[in-house]
Amino acid sequence: MKSSAKLVQMILLLITALVLMSSCAEKREPYKVGAVFSVTGRASFLGEPEKKTAEMIAKEINDKGGIGGHPLELVLYDDESDETKCVLAVKRLIKKDKVPVIIGPSLSGNTLAVVKVCNDNEVPLISCASSIKIVAPVEDRKWIFKAAPSDSHSVERIFEYLLTKNTRKIAIMSVSTGYGASGREQLLRLAPEMGMEILADERYGPKDTDLTAQLTRIRGTGAQAIVNWSVGPTQVLAVKNWRDLAMTSIPFFQSHGFASRKNIELAGGAAEGVLCPLGRVNIPDLVPADHPQKMVIMDYNKAYQARFKEPLSAFGGHAWDAMKLAAEALGVVGPKPATIRDYLEKRQDFVGQGGIFNFSPTDHNGLTKEAFEMVVVKDGDWALAP
Amino acid sequence: MEKISLTGQLIQYIFTGITVGSIYAMVALGFNIIYNVTEIINFAQGEFVMLGGLIMVFFSAFLKLPLPLAFLLTVAVVTGVGALMERFTINPLKNATVLTMIIVTIAVSILLKGIAMFVWGKDPYIIPPFSGSEPIVILGAAIQTQTLWVLLMTAVVVVLLSLFFKKTRYGKAMLACADDPDAARLVGIKVNTMVLISFALSAAIGAVAGAIITPISLMEYDRGALLGLKGFGASVLGGLGSFYGAVVAGILLGIIESLCAGLISSGYKDAVALLLLLLVLYVRPSGLFGNVEAGKIKEF
Repeated sequence: MKSSAKLVQMILLLITALVLMSSCAEKREPYKVGAVFSVTGRASFLGEPEKKTAEMIAKEINDKGGIGGHPLELVLYDDESDETKCVLAVKRLIKKDKVPVIIGPSLSGNTLAVVKVCNDNEVPLISCASSIKIVAPVEDRKWIFKAAPSDSHSVERIFEYLLTKNTRKIAIMSVSTGYGASGREQLLRLAPEMGMEILADERYGPKDTDLTAQLTRIRGTGAQAIVNWSVGPTQVLAVKNWRDLAMTSIPFFQSHGFASRKNIELAGGAAEGVLCPLGRVNIPDLVPADHPQKMVIMDYNKAYQARFKEPLSAFGGHAWDAMKLAAEALGVVGPKPATIRDYLEKRQDFVGQGGIFNFSPTDHNGLTKEAFEMVVVKDGDWALAP
Repeated sequence: MEKISLTGQLIQYIFTGITVGSIYAMVALGFNIIYNVTEIINFAQGEFVMLGGLIMVFFSAFLKLPLPLAFLLTVAVVTGVGALMERFTINPLKNATVLTMIIVTIAVSILLKGIAMFVWGKDPYIIPPFSGSEPIVILGAAIQTQTLWVLLMTAVVVVLLSLFFKKTRYGKAMLACADDPDAARLVGIKVNTMVLISFALSAAIGAVAGAIITPISLMEYDRGALLGLKGFGASVLGGLGSFYGAVVAGILLGIIESLCAGLISSGYKDAVALLLLLLVLYVRPSGLFGNVEAGKIKEF
């Protein structure tokens, strides 16, 4: 009897202690993370999964007791895919909400618009957009980091793959938008460096209804492979026309912008055999079990699909990386912008959704072409490229 | 893969051009019919094409109706949209200037685009080709079977329209309105009804164009404006109001664009087409087939 009474006493004591501790933790001031995403507007396909992901991680962290006892407070604004609104949102985050670190924006143009604001106010920003110009030249981008891989990584990956197949004569096609122009720039820049010869450089408008003329011209040059750089309907159109013209003996490469199963569906059977570099987060089941990213990608996929009942996109992965980096930095150095910046700049071997990040004072992106895996469309789904 | 011969390339460019050109021609026909009866340039003409494509997707891919039925239903629905547009936006404007009515058509085009965005979202849609997807190869050039459908349907539309205008009472009445609305009214033609028919007819042609081009080019909510612009170019090039001018100019514009994309540079194709339009207008302000002396007498 005596011993059981003691046990009850001890349990009661433990409960009191726990209650005291947790009430203590609740009193701790919250750590803020600012976020700006294009949740609505033309880039909502980027901002929507990014917002969902960021909110999901914030909830996960808070359910586990926050960052070292401090609850995480996500202050999220929608820039409506608009540069001006994006600048206002970032200013508000810095001046009014006084956040020590910002994640986003979703778009390259919007990020470039806020680079100066963050630099002048000395608040670190982890962008989820892809343009290389966001983090280069690094001297003028002291406070800016980037979680999404660059176009150049994708181009390098394609060229490297082509070289293993001994293909050096290629034709490129690109859409006349920011995305296409930036990809074309990298294709033209890296081709001579990597020993590729560009036989045709075709461009087309984002609303073009037919690309057979461009493809026929390519066919006349004797190119051994075609690399197409676009997003939206034209990238499906290009694949369809390529098949309609019976050009399937010339391998067709898409940019990483093709990374949606929706595109395979739209192309009908026409996308069979199309190659493209993809972030591993898009293809969780294809990542080898011993790959360092396997675990984080599987966990994220499971959690996201369980919560939102929709397939995950690479874009949400960028928000995952930005959010985890920000939360980790807050946990290690606390809510001080300058030390967060210094911490991020030194972060090595961060295993994220977009790849394995190795930041340095000269590289605020931290990714390489290894962030991409070459895949091929096989039986209406992705498969690792042989 | 073997290099394609120059002849093969040329055949390819010309077929591509004729295909796209046929669509421009049909849009131009739509512009002309309404212009002839009302002197309005209907800027919602491109949206009819977009609606035709998307509604065709709805009937054939979503409801899985047989192709001919889906096609007829699509044309019927879009014709209805055209008629409603006239009844609710053009008809109530008594004594409005032509400019006001043109601005109204711009408003309608924005409205239709917005509705399409709500209903179908921003993603593009596609339906399979009408008959088989194996291309026909001629001298190394690959012709899609859908191209033949486009050519066939364009021919059918042109023949039916000329029969309508030459042989039927309503067609002749519309011609009369085109010549002189006041005189037409004097002899007992209901100009009001003719305007309604002109909108319905233009919408129907747009629907045909949209339904047959979707298997080739995909369709999404904001495709209409550019198609409308190209069709307007064709209609001006052929001489605003000229029936055969629209057909010839549309196809010509398509071929020039395609040849330019193939032989010169794909980046300049739109510029070259517009430059040509400017040149023609400079030399012949009434368009290729427009009649300067009889400029006032509009002919289909």
